[in-house]
Amino acid sequence: MSVNPELQGRVFPPVAPYLVGREKVREFSRAVFATNPINHDPEAARAAGHADVVAPPTFAVVVQEATLAQLLAEPDGGIDFTRVVHGDQRFSYTRPIVAGDELTATLAVTSIKTLGGHSMLTAESTIVDRAGAHVVTAISTLVVRGDE
Amino acid sequence: MTPTSPIRSVADLTLGSVVAEASFSLTRDSLVRYAGASGDFNPIHYRDDVAQSVGLSGVLAHGMLTMGLAVQPVVDWAGDPARVIDFQVRFTRPVFVDATVGAVVMVVAKVGALEPETGIARIDLTVTFNGATVLGKAQARVNLA
Repeated sequence: MSVNPELQGRVFPPVAPYLVGREKVREFSRAVFATNPINHDPEAARAAGHADVVAPPTFAVVVQEATLAQLLAEPDGGIDFTRVVHGDQRFSYTRPIVAGDELTATLAVTSIKTLGGHSMLTAESTIVDRAGAHVVTAISTLVVRGDE
Repeated sequence: MTPTSPIRSVADLTLGSVVAEASFSLTRDSLVRYAGASGDFNPIHYRDDVAQSVGLSGVLAHGMLTMGLAVQPVVDWAGDPARVIDFQVRFTRPVFVDATVGAVVMVVAKVGALEPETGIARIDLTVTFNGATVLGKAQARVNLA
């Protein structure tokens, strides 16, 4: 089975909203060696002009994850999870993620390329806040290895 | 608490100059911690037998853990995680984390480009393990305005 080229351009339904908890931000910060007080201490975050602790730049992957699960589970997608390698990752922020945010992610497949039996699929997860305003777009390129 | 570093401006920066350097010691504990924090429980990040069954020499760090720690010296230099407005990497080589000795990941952050009109600096990261780069095109855009 190989990646269904008809996935290109497909937009998935939004996933369930993700509520960003302060302790989750701290836990994730510890896991990525983020020691800045603005990641951990609400007072330091407020002093810097933020509503609450600020998530590290790669935290959006936690919110994005449900959209990638949706993609891998797509019945006609043809994506064999065991052959997927993470190729590229990007996060483009309009504003930082802070504790208290309720975020909703929507995935779109923007590109599928085939290279020597492998497929390269680019998936963009657009993440918005409660008001529908853009927060961050998480872009993953997945390499799906072909049959050996 | 006060910010960890003074606010800088792109006018003070020189292309190619090193703005931050750091090294990170990873152990299997680090990988378990990241698995829990991120929700990525792929067993190739904590079980040698599973990693070896898919042709790897052993357990490797989550690419997203390497990406996540690589930007931290830039965050500390900029003084606020919110200043990092864009961050991208390509995963080029695995970071194998030995069960006993772990792994050391080195990060060097240099000024890659400057946008004086917007106050944004592009910081390019060189991220290495065992003397080889593990991330390609690792670039953070930092708003210093």
